[in-house]
Amino acid sequence: MPETTDWSSETYDFDRAALRAKLRDVPQEPGSAKPQPILTVDNVVRRFGGMTAVEVEHLEVQRGAITALIGPNGAGKTTFFNLITGFDRPSSAKSRFGGGQGPFATWRFQGESLGATSAFRVARTGMVRTFQLTKALSAMTVMDNMLLGAKDQPGEHMLAALARPLWRKREAEIREKATDLLARFKLDTKAKDYAGSLSGGQRKLLEMARALMSDPAMIMLDEPMAGVNPALTQSLLGHIQDLRDQGTSVLFVEHDMHMVRHISDWVVVMAEGRIVAEGPPEHVMQHQAVVDAYLGSHHDQDLGDDSVLDEDFAAAVADEDAERAEEKA
Amino acid sequence: MNFLYTLFQDGGAAIISSTTAAFALAAIGLNVHFGYTGLVNIGQAGFMLLGAYGFAIVVEQGGGILLGVLAGLAAAAVFALILGIPTLRLRGDYLAIVTIAAAEIIRIVGGDQSLAPLTGGVAGIPNAKYSDQFIALSPFPKAGLFTFGPWTYPYSAGNSWWLSLVGWALALLAALVVFLLFRSPWGRAIKGIREDEDAVRSLGKNVFAYKMQSLVLGGVIGALGGIVFVLGASVQPDALGRTTTFLLYTVLLLGGAATVLGPILGSFLYFIFVVWLQDVVAQFVPSTVMNSSQIPQFTYILVGAGLMLLVIFRPQGILGNKKELSFGA
Ligand SMILES: Nc1ncnc2c1ncn2[C@@H]1O[C@H](COP(=O)(O)OP(=O)(O)OP(=O)(O)O)[C@@H](O)[C@H]1O
Ligand SMILES: [Mg+2]
Repeated sequence: MPETTDWSSETYDFDRAALRAKLRDVPQEPGSAKPQPILTVDNVVRRFGGMTAVEVEHLEVQRGAITALIGPNGAGKTTFFNLITGFDRPSSAKSRFGGGQGPFATWRFQGESLGATSAFRVARTGMVRTFQLTKALSAMTVMDNMLLGAKDQPGEHMLAALARPLWRKREAEIREKATDLLARFKLDTKAKDYAGSLSGGQRKLLEMARALMSDPAMIMLDEPMAGVNPALTQSLLGHIQDLRDQGTSVLFVEHDMHMVRHISDWVVVMAEGRIVAEGPPEHVMQHQAVVDAYLGSHHDQDLGDDSVLDEDFAAAVADEDAERAEEKA
Repeated sequence: MNFLYTLFQDGGAAIISSTTAAFALAAIGLNVHFGYTGLVNIGQAGFMLLGAYGFAIVVEQGGGILLGVLAGLAAAAVFALILGIPTLRLRGDYLAIVTIAAAEIIRIVGGDQSLAPLTGGVAGIPNAKYSDQFIALSPFPKAGLFTFGPWTYPYSAGNSWWLSLVGWALALLAALVVFLLFRSPWGRAIKGIREDEDAVRSLGKNVFAYKMQSLVLGGVIGALGGIVFVLGASVQPDALGRTTTFLLYTVLLLGGAATVLGPILGSFLYFIFVVWLQDVVAQFVPSTVMNSSQIPQFTYILVGAGLMLLVIFRPQGILGNKKELSFGA
């Protein structure tokens, strides 16, 4: 990828229809090139003993898109997230002392090479992730959890911390931002409570809101909707779409096919560590490789079939589909 | 009535004592490690000892008091770096093992005869060799006693009002620094780390650097405690061994870990308890049952039992926050 890529907002596809039009021309095959990849991954392999959990030869994630990463349990989605966010090291990583044989794992985010970057630096480059098993900081208040997510707080430096005037202003700014986000995630009444007192679904929400505190260029969500009630899911889906529309690329792992179908612009399917298919949500479910990957529990039905959906949610999806049709008309 | 007066007098003496201040200081340092950051340091006595040696040796060799204090603190800081670099990336238990071993090494090397010209070997460095300049700094008369209520001590020399004043001033200063740091965003990040390092990493914070800063800060405060301790005693390696570290934990847990004033309150209570116990035994227990030389051992037994009861029935200590503890990881 050329070093001269423009990462400013001017090249961002704020118009979703335009983005989707672009993606329509992308070949529907594993590892296909995207017009503006924000993340490019090569040769990322992770083995646990003799078992290969992840083996991704090439993957590009389109900037400005909501990309879903799906696949059966144990496909390697979470491991893949861990690898590219620096929480785990690929088995194919280039050894620090030289030696070993290639191809070595490399990946670039917004043109920056991240191969040997520690997790916190990855987050600072603007790629922020959440965890499948939530990591709310239980003995801290919900508000403190949020404030910790902010960046550029000079008071996080030890010496500056001693002098409140140096960080008071920034603190007020991020507090306001946190209040806003909490309201959007329906957690505003919980701001003063310990995060440990939240329910499982609320913790998911808190984690997502917290990740957004730093205005990431790309947010990586590992099963964001697991355990969140359908009504709230609905509003969160809207929120994820807003995020995208305001300039955040989204990569998320999800098992709920209807959510995938509903909001994603592009779907990547993993099975047994490999990427087996890619494509727009309307088409990808019909790929033979995808059907094979899921074979067993779902092979007798269309993976995007609304009939598996609970009624409220189906109605909501239908409404929105209708709305969209209207808009187009 | 007479006995109550004895209790009052001895209790007051325990509070005034510079040894109490020294333990409060070292416990404040340990609180930074264990209470706030969750670093299990079982070698705080080693930090005290390094402070004491650095100070006493430099002053004895004619380096002056300021240089002596700096040397003691610098020794502790370097010690923290050496211990931290290999262990702070690993699981918490490793730090515990390394600190207890390293503190023992300091104690044993300090007592080694081959270093006797510098350290005095097992006999240590007598107080007179390094305390002159400290006494010279005193604004009070250099000789003579001062009586306040039932308490009579020298103005400046030995276990003096001057030393107590300096010791407690330093303890309050350290408490102030801790207060300022832990209400700041820096302290927020540290508390987050205590709970879940990966969560904090995912938000772009350099967890290793934070833990290192905490280890150095707590160690330096511990070294300051060591300096105050030996100004009221002599430098003796065996006086600051494993037992000291366990007493510091008792002090900390008694007062309340992760509270600003907990270590000071804990230190008060611990030393008051010790003298009162001696008073009670001396008053009511016939010397045929227990003589005065057995009292210290008996005290340790009670302290051990007390520590167990404390952890079982009031794990948050006297000042601690029960809620924070119950939501903690
Ligand atoms: N630390 C580990 N040690 C050994 N094996 C592991 C480890 N982490 C993951 N694996 C294995 O790697 C494979 C991929 O796991 P991963 O958690 O990435 O799956 P996933 O796609 O996220 O699944 P799910 O949808 O259930 O969350 C699994 O077979 C798992 O057993
Ligand atoms: Mg997973």
